[in-house]
Amino acid sequence: MDSLWTQLEPILSRVEKPARYIGCEDGMQRPIHHPSKVAWLLAYPDIYDIGLPNQGLQILYEILNERPDAVAERTYAPWVDLEAQLRLHGLPLFSVDNHLPAPAFDILAFNLSSELVYTNLLNCIDLARTPVRAEHRAAGDLLIGAGGHATYNPEPLADFVDFFVLGDGEEVVSEITEVVGAWKAAGKPSREGVLRDLAGVTGVYVPALYESRYSGAVLLGTTPRVPEAPERIEKRTVADLADWPYPKQQLVPLTEVVHDRLNVEVFRGCTRGCRFCQAGMITRPVRERPADQVRTMVQQGLRRTGYDEVALTSLSTADFSGIEQVVAQTVADPINRGQVTVALPSLRVDAFTVGLAAEIQKARRTGLTFAPEAGTWRMRQVINKLISEDDLYGAVESAFSQGWRRVKLYFLTGLPTETDADTLGITELGRNCAELGKRHSSGASVTVSVGGFVPKPFTPFQWFGQNTLTEFDRKIALLREDARRSKGVQLKWHETKASIIEGLMSRGDRRLGPVIEDVWRNGGIFQEWSEHFNYGLWIDALERAGLSLEDYVNRHRTEHETLPWDHLSAGLHKDFLWQDWRDALAEVGLPDCRWTPCYDCGACTGYGIEHVVASAVAPAGGSQGTGQDLSRGGAVPVSLGIRTSKPAVAGV
Amino acid sequence: MRLRVRFAKVGKVRFTSHRDVARIWERAIRRAELPIAYSQGFTPRPKVSFGLALSTGYESDSEFIDLELEDTTANPALPDADQLDGLPATLSNALPSGMDVTAIAVIEAGAESLQQAVNSCSWDISLRDVDPDVVGAVVARILAAETIPVTRERKGKPVKDDLRPGVLDLALVRSEAGGVHLYAELGCQPRALRPSELLGAMDLRDHEGLVRRTHQWMYDGHERREPLAADGAPRVPPAGDARRRDHDHVRSTGRPDTPTIYPGEPHGFVNAGRLADG
Repeated sequence: MDSLWTQLEPILSRVEKPARYIGCEDGMQRPIHHPSKVAWLLAYPDIYDIGLPNQGLQILYEILNERPDAVAERTYAPWVDLEAQLRLHGLPLFSVDNHLPAPAFDILAFNLSSELVYTNLLNCIDLARTPVRAEHRAAGDLLIGAGGHATYNPEPLADFVDFFVLGDGEEVVSEITEVVGAWKAAGKPSREGVLRDLAGVTGVYVPALYESRYSGAVLLGTTPRVPEAPERIEKRTVADLADWPYPKQQLVPLTEVVHDRLNVEVFRGCTRGCRFCQAGMITRPVRERPADQVRTMVQQGLRRTGYDEVALTSLSTADFSGIEQVVAQTVADPINRGQVTVALPSLRVDAFTVGLAAEIQKARRTGLTFAPEAGTWRMRQVINKLISEDDLYGAVESAFSQGWRRVKLYFLTGLPTETDADTLGITELGRNCAELGKRHSSGASVTVSVGGFVPKPFTPFQWFGQNTLTEFDRKIALLREDARRSKGVQLKWHETKASIIEGLMSRGDRRLGPVIEDVWRNGGIFQEWSEHFNYGLWIDALERAGLSLEDYVNRHRTEHETLPWDHLSAGLHKDFLWQDWRDALAEVGLPDCRWTPCYDCGACTGYGIEHVVASAVAPAGGSQGTGQDLSRGGAVPVSLGIRTSKPAVAGV
Repeated sequence: MRLRVRFAKVGKVRFTSHRDVARIWERAIRRAELPIAYSQGFTPRPKVSFGLALSTGYESDSEFIDLELEDTTANPALPDADQLDGLPATLSNALPSGMDVTAIAVIEAGAESLQQAVNSCSWDISLRDVDPDVVGAVVARILAAETIPVTRERKGKPVKDDLRPGVLDLALVRSEAGGVHLYAELGCQPRALRPSELLGAMDLRDHEGLVRRTHQWMYDGHERREPLAADGAPRVPPAGDARRRDHDHVRSTGRPDTPTIYPGEPHGFVNAGRLADG
């Protein structure tokens, strides 16, 4: 099929930020399509500004285009103004690379990183001129795939997605390409046939080949209907990140996007064991990239892209064995002329030194974000984020003393066993930090950002009944009242209704399919955007489907209850998670297994892999599980976040 | 050392905003490893100054940016700023496809900023789905008008304005393929008049096709010149241009001290093929 560019051009003059739709990024590929190649359209179901920086999508884009038997292009959810124009002119969803119509591809594959975008996924499938329900698709229709963290509970999307991928995508995309390539070469015979073949690929879940059984409202289990479908779908894990130095040509957008900087992934996985954190649980074990490779990727990446900021990304970057050297060398490189900023998102307060802070200070100063997550030590023991108040105050003190004026603190409310004293501990910490700041600058301020806790699958808190909307709102009101009395503390909070709907889908089952479709059909897209989020649509749709919000969101799950994701595996043993849930309720912490004996959580042993960590000892200052004294002598811990003008990444 | 750079912005990149272009330039300067000077202070910024903004969606053959280079002796690792010959190609390679550097020249340190210096811009405006005779009548009406009163929003309040003084020249041009274009020279001081505003006053807003800025002009008494010609030298255009003289064209009365000359180009009018009178 031909490029739609000439038809799109007049339309783009009529939409906001048309540069979202032109492609043309440095690093963009213009793959040549051929009937013998499998054509992937990689989609991020949110606007370009949010989706373009997604590293997972960029990694797969490069790997697929390197293959002789595949091509990959990209697409992002068109904003409402462009969608209206596309529908008005009868144009489909298109790729931003060659501006080809979505039906010109074989696979439309989504990256799913959060639950609130599910209706966007339906909208994109519809704009791609494909029936939204998988059962209505014909052999020649697009295969709809999805991967990413949210697919660890794929059940709410089971009606709409042909195949899900669990875990790291680097290897499995090639295996999928081979299966789909053979099917395409045979002239795309029955759709059921290719789906059965896909179900045979490790890490691939084809929901149509499984059946969920219920007894009344209670889910009994989800089991295979055909022999090709395994009883349990295991996640994929790449053993060594050194084999995958991607993206090699990070895309440099022409228009502003979030995280608009060079991003180099320094390790994948995290074993700190924060109990609220799904990412830390499902991406185990820790696989560090060799420090030399990180240095090369930083140097070459900066030179190629022209960025003046590089983020060393991971779930807890201070834990990277080579962190100090990489930062120091980047800052000191004469070619960077002292103008390159190193951003370290997701740093722990207890694992960073003033020496590193001083290195970063040599270039431009970034904003500071710390994530204590909870307001009291008791609460932090429950969630296993063992940061002492002294850790936090020491970090904040040294930040203000070095000239920072604004510090941002991230917290969760609605955590298991949380009392009002724990909630108010949030503002108290903020107040104390603001007072520390006042000693250095009269303009010092502390932003306290609070989100409502949403329990996620494959975490010890997967059994926890989420706080009700009333309870969330009461806690936010408590915090607002307290913050009003606290000079220098600015309180921000997430939309509590959105946390409820996120919770609905996070642990929902297949019965939510009609609810998602109902909300989409009633215009409920871009639900992750406050100006479009519509709680009423969800409540009405649940009522029409005869389902209970309380049952899905607020109910505590029981030990022997079947969970909707029990037929999937993130490697973690369910009894390990249950024991960790019991430990949480008993306020017992669990040290990091990188530097202590194995707990047999299942993430390594089940797959015959292990941690790839360069350092045999925990990084300086790491108090958690390292046996180190929390009072660390001369090294003052500091955590550096990203620039305050940009959306921040919460630390883990 | 101060450099003036002329560049084009055509094709898909026309959909980037002025702000996007600024960021693209910052990255391109670093990619080209140009020894740009940085401002002092808490957040040092590269010393770069941009000319007039170009509306998102418009093309241009005539965009300008001034760059302040640092004394390079302090940092021998950086390339020598005196070596300007290869610089247009180096910068073009560091810019996205559709943005190309066409000329670079050293200008004196005290030169007037681009925003202050430019008095007017020439535009090639293509129109879609219109009757040329109707457009011709509208052109005649605009040129004959004493005033073109409009109401526009300014800081959220409606203000009355007269567009007529900003319309320095206007002509209907037909292309070989039957396309209808407007040639317009629109004033930039004290406020830049945009082609979309002119089309609004002509009731042709819905017919706007591709719009391209072909020239920016600085007036020096009765002579006008470009901030930097496409061949690299600040230059004065020749009086008159045979190719253009035949057009149905009336000189503006809005600016009595401006000369009645057409923009000249060493390589011919940039859109000669499209604009040649059929």
